[in-house]
Amino acid sequence: MENIENVVEMNNITKIFGNFTANEDINFHVRKGEIHALLGENGAGKSTLMNMLGGVFEPTSGEIKVRGEKVVIDSPDKADELGIGMVHQHFMLVDKFTVTENIMLGREEHNAGYIDTKTAEKRIEELSNRYGLSVDPRAKVEDITVGMQQRTEILKALYKGSEILILDEPTAVLTPQEIEELMNIIRALAAEGRSIIIITHKLDEIKAVADRCTVIRRGKKTGTVNVADTTQQQLADMMVGRAVNFNVEKGPSHPGDVILDVKDLVVEDHRGLNAVDGTSLQIRSGEILGLAGIDGNGQSEFVQALSGMMPVKSGTIHLKGKNVTNMTPREITESGYAHIPEDRHLHGLILDMSLEKNMVLQTYYKEPFSKNGFMQDKEIKDYALRLIDEFDVRMSSEENPARDLSGGNQQKAIIAREIDRDPDLLVAAQPTRGLDVGAIEFIHKRLVEQRDKGKAVLLMSFELDEILDVSDRIAVMYEGKIMAVVDAKETNENELGLLMAGSSLEDTDSKKYEREEKMTDESN
Amino acid sequence: MNQIKSKSFLETAAVPFFSILFGFILGAIVMLAFGYNPLAAYEALFVGVFTNRYFFGEALVQATVLTFTGLAFAVASRAGFFNIGVAGQFLFGWLASVTFALAFPSIPRILMVPLVLGVGMIAGSFYAGIAGFLRAYFGTSEVIVTIMLNHTMLLISNYMTNFVIGSGSKTGFVGDNTSLSVKFLSDLTNGSRLNIGFILAIIFVILYKIFMDHTVRGFELQAVGLNAEAARYAGMSAKRNIIVSMLISGGVAGIGGAIQGIGTFKYLFTQSSIPSQGFDGIAVALLGMGNPYGIFASSFLFGILKQGATFMPSQAGVPNELVDVVIASIIFFVGASYIIRILMKKFGFSKD
Repeated sequence: MENIENVVEMNNITKIFGNFTANEDINFHVRKGEIHALLGENGAGKSTLMNMLGGVFEPTSGEIKVRGEKVVIDSPDKADELGIGMVHQHFMLVDKFTVTENIMLGREEHNAGYIDTKTAEKRIEELSNRYGLSVDPRAKVEDITVGMQQRTEILKALYKGSEILILDEPTAVLTPQEIEELMNIIRALAAEGRSIIIITHKLDEIKAVADRCTVIRRGKKTGTVNVADTTQQQLADMMVGRAVNFNVEKGPSHPGDVILDVKDLVVEDHRGLNAVDGTSLQIRSGEILGLAGIDGNGQSEFVQALSGMMPVKSGTIHLKGKNVTNMTPREITESGYAHIPEDRHLHGLILDMSLEKNMVLQTYYKEPFSKNGFMQDKEIKDYALRLIDEFDVRMSSEENPARDLSGGNQQKAIIAREIDRDPDLLVAAQPTRGLDVGAIEFIHKRLVEQRDKGKAVLLMSFELDEILDVSDRIAVMYEGKIMAVVDAKETNENELGLLMAGSSLEDTDSKKYEREEKMTDESN
Repeated sequence: MNQIKSKSFLETAAVPFFSILFGFILGAIVMLAFGYNPLAAYEALFVGVFTNRYFFGEALVQATVLTFTGLAFAVASRAGFFNIGVAGQFLFGWLASVTFALAFPSIPRILMVPLVLGVGMIAGSFYAGIAGFLRAYFGTSEVIVTIMLNHTMLLISNYMTNFVIGSGSKTGFVGDNTSLSVKFLSDLTNGSRLNIGFILAIIFVILYKIFMDHTVRGFELQAVGLNAEAARYAGMSAKRNIIVSMLISGGVAGIGGAIQGIGTFKYLFTQSSIPSQGFDGIAVALLGMGNPYGIFASSFLFGILKQGATFMPSQAGVPNELVDVVIASIIFFVGASYIIRILMKKFGFSKD
């Protein structure tokens, strides 16, 4: 009986790459019309499993049944035929083409040699309206938002008539609002009898939308659970394999001397507008200052100016009393500055260079890593191995390119490198973006550890939870200005949310008061 | 570099091997189509070079120069720049070394040889440096600038040859005080033009390897080439690395030009077009996949092809133009090594 309702059955699936077992004896069943989450840490083997369903890889052993029939999915085309559509994490769209052209790509409808976009456009519009996707079929992909690009990918799958939709980390690139819209779309699709598989490591999203959840840890299945009967804590424990501590454990801070002193900083963005517009900020040793704000309010530019990557138009930056305004990145680094950059692929690592060389990216020119202009390979290797061991960076060989590491391990490598230089100021920009709970826990611990060692820490993040959990003080940035600096213990998400939207502290105080009143009214 | 390292040697060597093989096959098809016997032609090509010490020496003369231009291109490309101006830098090295040698016929040889090679190097460095400087400070494309500089140097060189340091269409011979010939190389090759430049080429191959893999400057160049943004974050100066890589690249090309000028020809003549050694150097660097030993091996192959090709008209009746077609097909497949990688994947020669 069960076979009938399972639209996809993957039985005893094993996938081996060389001598690495990515999936081991996994059973994964999806029912018709359900939203099934696939949860696991970075590198646990979720994407590998789904790529076998999408025709990218073939299993080493095991069988796949679609609608009760045993199938061999040896190409993405075959997956299409079986009604399996995959929306990849990195979109496969041609920027210069319109939405319609992208969707038609590969299956152009033509009329006497001419591509018939009109008919396709109409169908896409219908689909878009039916599921509330609100995508303009005539817009060029380069002109639409990331959220719309993702919906274009979903449309592509629907246009092909996919009954089974695989979404690989669909919310990683979306704003909270777009995530909410996506969830509604997913619900609508499932209500129509389509089966949705979401690959994710975000627990709240699973709770919000999924019916069942299968958890994978290090290539093996931990179990499949009904989401309604399971708490987030239970899911997290299943995924990581031990009890995860969501709360950042930290004692009270003991702020010391001012380490970073920024006065009236103005930084122009690439368009010549003041992205940072007269910001003043101080961070003392032994404290974590959270920099909160909605993306695009000057936080990135602020951090880039601190690190010397963007020129300062006016104002000053002092690091430990030394004026480092408009110094080069190297001079600033040597003054005691360490930085976990926002984009680890673009700025943090040289992906095609070996991990060991990446570990000395800022220090290679100093002894013992080089002498008289020559690199000292042995010292570099010993050093890298020590950091890899201390920070539990998991990889097969330190000589392999950094590209081979999973996201969490890449970030661990960067943090190891930055912390080990023993800086006075550690700036962490979005340090946990895209990471799973295990890695997030690790990174938060390290940040607090640095604070307790008497370092000054600046944590810039768009995640309010993270800011609230980790910081001692919180500065909120809005349109390039600091709206307020508040004590983390005395504020809450609502107050921060209002500050982030541009209200001043006085406004939020009165609003907070009103809200509290309202809340007491409701509870009565 | 590390990507290449993590693959087996066989896998790495397979791509250039198939490039060469397909090149020969295409060349054979072309010859067949025009009614010539490709087997006889290829026999003439290889037998001519390998059975005669003199011609083998001459093939090495060609290989020497190509090693320099190949290494020159590779240095810049490791740092992320496409130095298409190797030809112009090479020609300037040639022009400058001959000019210098003609001007100082009486400096003793022991001093003169290093001096004249140095002059060639500085000339090449300077010429490439123009493009590097413009790129670093004004963001100008080094590709376009070096292409234009190639043509500029062609005209400058021809003007100098015709009106300043020479007359008619060539200069006089340089003095013996600049001679790069060494007895044992000439004897070994029955009096070919093979000279100390060949030894220098081998030394430069090793120097290149040491520079890229073991020096701080080489590390920086590669870091900038692989990810300029991350390199800047790490405190490396992109501007300095652009200029440094172009100076080294041009310098190596310039030495190649000097060796051509005072070693191979001992004079300078009017060039009808930009010297082919520049573009052949790009092919050599691509075929060698940026690896110095690979570059040396592929310049050796090119040297044999260029020298051996001279026998194809006389012994197999294949006209000169068709010989160029054959060589071009090999270069074509070198450039198309991307396609070969795909084919290898399809037929299971390669895992990734």
